[in-house]
Amino acid sequence: MTDFTNSTRRGLLRGAAALAGASLLPQLAWAADYPSRPLTMIVPWGAGGGTDATARMISALLERKLGQPVNVVNRTGGAGVVGHSAIATAPADGYTLGVVTVEIAMMHHMGLTELTSADYTPLGLMNADSPAVTVSSDAGFADIGALTEAVKASEPGTFKASGTGQGGIWHLALVGWLKSLGLAADHVTWVPSEGSAPAMQDLIAGGIDIVTVSLAETKAMVDAGRAVNLALMSTERASSHPDLPTLTEGGGSNFALATWRGIAGPRDLPPEIGSTIATALSEIAVDPEFTEFMASRGFNISYLEPEAHGQMMQDADAQMADAMTAAGLIQG
Amino acid sequence: MTDILLQALMLVADPRVLITALLAGTFGMFVGAMPGLTATMATALLVPMTFFMDPIPALAAIVSASGMAIFAGDIPGALLRIPGTPASAAYVEDSHRLAMKGKLNLALGTNLLVSCIGGLFGVAVLIAAAPMLAEFALRFTSYEYFWLAALGLSCAIFIASADPLKAGVALLIGLAMATVGLDPTTGVPRFTMGQVDLMAGVEFIPAMIGLFALAEVMRGVIRLNHGSRPPAMPRGDGALFKGVGGVIRRHPGNIARGSLLGALIGALPGAGADIAAWMSYAVSKRFSKTPEAYGTGHVEGLVDASAANNSAVGGAWIPALVFGIPGDSVTAIVIGVLYMKGMNPGPTVFIQNPQLIYAVFMIFILTTLMMVPLGWVAVKAARQVLRVPPRVLLPVVLSFCIVGAFAMTNSVFGIVVMLALGVLGWLLEENGFPVAPIILGLVLGGMFERMFMTSMIKSGGDLGAFFDRPIAATLGVAVLLIWGLAILGAVRRMLAPAGRPLQKAGHSKN
Repeated sequence: MTDFTNSTRRGLLRGAAALAGASLLPQLAWAADYPSRPLTMIVPWGAGGGTDATARMISALLERKLGQPVNVVNRTGGAGVVGHSAIATAPADGYTLGVVTVEIAMMHHMGLTELTSADYTPLGLMNADSPAVTVSSDAGFADIGALTEAVKASEPGTFKASGTGQGGIWHLALVGWLKSLGLAADHVTWVPSEGSAPAMQDLIAGGIDIVTVSLAETKAMVDAGRAVNLALMSTERASSHPDLPTLTEGGGSNFALATWRGIAGPRDLPPEIGSTIATALSEIAVDPEFTEFMASRGFNISYLEPEAHGQMMQDADAQMADAMTAAGLIQG
Repeated sequence: MTDILLQALMLVADPRVLITALLAGTFGMFVGAMPGLTATMATALLVPMTFFMDPIPALAAIVSASGMAIFAGDIPGALLRIPGTPASAAYVEDSHRLAMKGKLNLALGTNLLVSCIGGLFGVAVLIAAAPMLAEFALRFTSYEYFWLAALGLSCAIFIASADPLKAGVALLIGLAMATVGLDPTTGVPRFTMGQVDLMAGVEFIPAMIGLFALAEVMRGVIRLNHGSRPPAMPRGDGALFKGVGGVIRRHPGNIARGSLLGALIGALPGAGADIAAWMSYAVSKRFSKTPEAYGTGHVEGLVDASAANNSAVGGAWIPALVFGIPGDSVTAIVIGVLYMKGMNPGPTVFIQNPQLIYAVFMIFILTTLMMVPLGWVAVKAARQVLRVPPRVLLPVVLSFCIVGAFAMTNSVFGIVVMLALGVLGWLLEENGFPVAPIILGLVLGGMFERMFMTSMIKSGGDLGAFFDRPIAATLGVAVLLIWGLAILGAVRRMLAPAGRPLQKAGHSKN
């Protein structure tokens, strides 16, 4: 009972602290006594989504490890550009961190922003998920082989697929899969949507035929018996879905792709501060509270230490450039 | 069955649950009454605290806070003509004018009791028909949503004050602003002028605060500088619920209609309390015997829309619980919390954890009833606002505006949007343009465009596809009928003035 009153008051204080911390306090932070005031965790995506939930869980655990409140702030819009810019342009003092998602390797190729992964100090990759090929249970496809045959035999534009906006990661998943089957990038029409939830709704309502989003995002509808996962776009099976074959096993394609989420700060974060946070994150990655939470949402934990995290982001940048050129999403 | 109900009752009867609901309700009441702070924000602020709670107290906190916030948005609407949440914007004109006529208590008392009835209705629908209604809502694709958005926008014509032309202009301003940002289908930036902040488009919460609240503050300042007394709000008119019983007895049909519409719209994924309030206000006006009284301090539209927005709160949980698809932005957050608590939404939750679901239903009923005493206290406290001299009140309101505009996007840009639209809103209102249609255009413009483009991509450019599916065809015909009637009415009005002078001429001869 007293717990609740305290946490209510603390929530208000946190909001006030976020306001004050963001604008008023001068840059008096010294690495030695870091952290001496509340931190801000910027999430480039909306409240309630997967990235948001992951960030809130990490922030709650980070708060315990660092002994300072960590305020989650959603800076949404502009297909992730707004939030990613906010992280990159924050003062490099360790008091503003953020979740950097796979879109950082994609947005600048499309000319939406100048930002690349080089504008951040990587602190640790926390999660990576592969998409699944999902259809409505009314569609009557027994396995990925049957769907592949039907798609190959169809007139271009007969099948419609959705899952995210034009040029988003799940769109690239579809295009990569089609390419690997030797089909044109637009053989299956991509119907842009605002995210995985509206796409799943449209799949069940019969508006589209295929959804290529992560397993977690299809879970409710699959459990309800309204949708069926046919194959995972990965080199190995998911630990949460041991019975689901990969594309290589059943689909005559070796295409693999993943979306990922990592914690990062602005470029040139002081090394001592960076290592303080990185150490905390490496502990969180194996914390049972975190692993149980991620498993319950169907998210795959894939931890990489800062250096490997940075290397992975650079590699992904090149991979995405190839995929997007192949998809015809990059002009010139 | 009784076993499960008993288990659920035990879960809810826990004093910790009750106290959590009470505290969260007070918090929701406070957030909702602050202009610009929404029910969604009340819920989002509670999420970090729910991490440390058991499932039932966590859900109780969210249910309680979101319901109270939707009602509390009516309070500043009536007192200051500043809707606390977008769900109150549809009828802010009526409730404020009622207050100016000395019927503040009647307006807020009606809001409160009808909100409670609407809320209970929403829960009843949630309990009785959750799976069935979710099934219906699931049949909506982009075609149906397109017509729904078209229906909503057409409502602007009905909501419009005396002058449909000026309302139309305001609506187009709103729609034009909705095109700012990344194109929803191709992802190409539009009208952003290289500004990263504009890529996210014009957020409608800062816009709403600017149009309603800041414009009101500016009017107040001008009055102060001219030395003229602001139109004083008459003193209280007795007890809060005096006369409310009569209103409810006279308008049972409005309450039923508003509640039903609210629950249905709430159940549609992506359409929540805001749209429910606008739609039911318009429907109410369309079928009223006295449509000309709407917007002048008429209680009828208030009854419909207050019932609808609270009923939608329950309705929105239907697709969330049954299929894990959020009915509005509050339930989007709720789904995250449900997963975190191991109650993965979907039909299986009704089989695996029925006692938890029934406990949620009971909390709904409990918090809806709790709304009456809590609301009474909130209204009593808010009345004190009227005693504050404008010299003090105006700066305080302005600072709330700034905090609210900042909080939505956590950026200074929200304040810029609020200030710019405040000036725009003030200029428009001074020239007789209503500002409410701008908000509607901003809220529905994005959905309208996105659904049209999505449908066209699906159908390969065939417009006939908008009438191919039965629900889409029904909605489409309804929209076309409304437009037809509106055009017919306009033609009649155009012909009428031509006839009148002739009659007058005849009179003068006699």
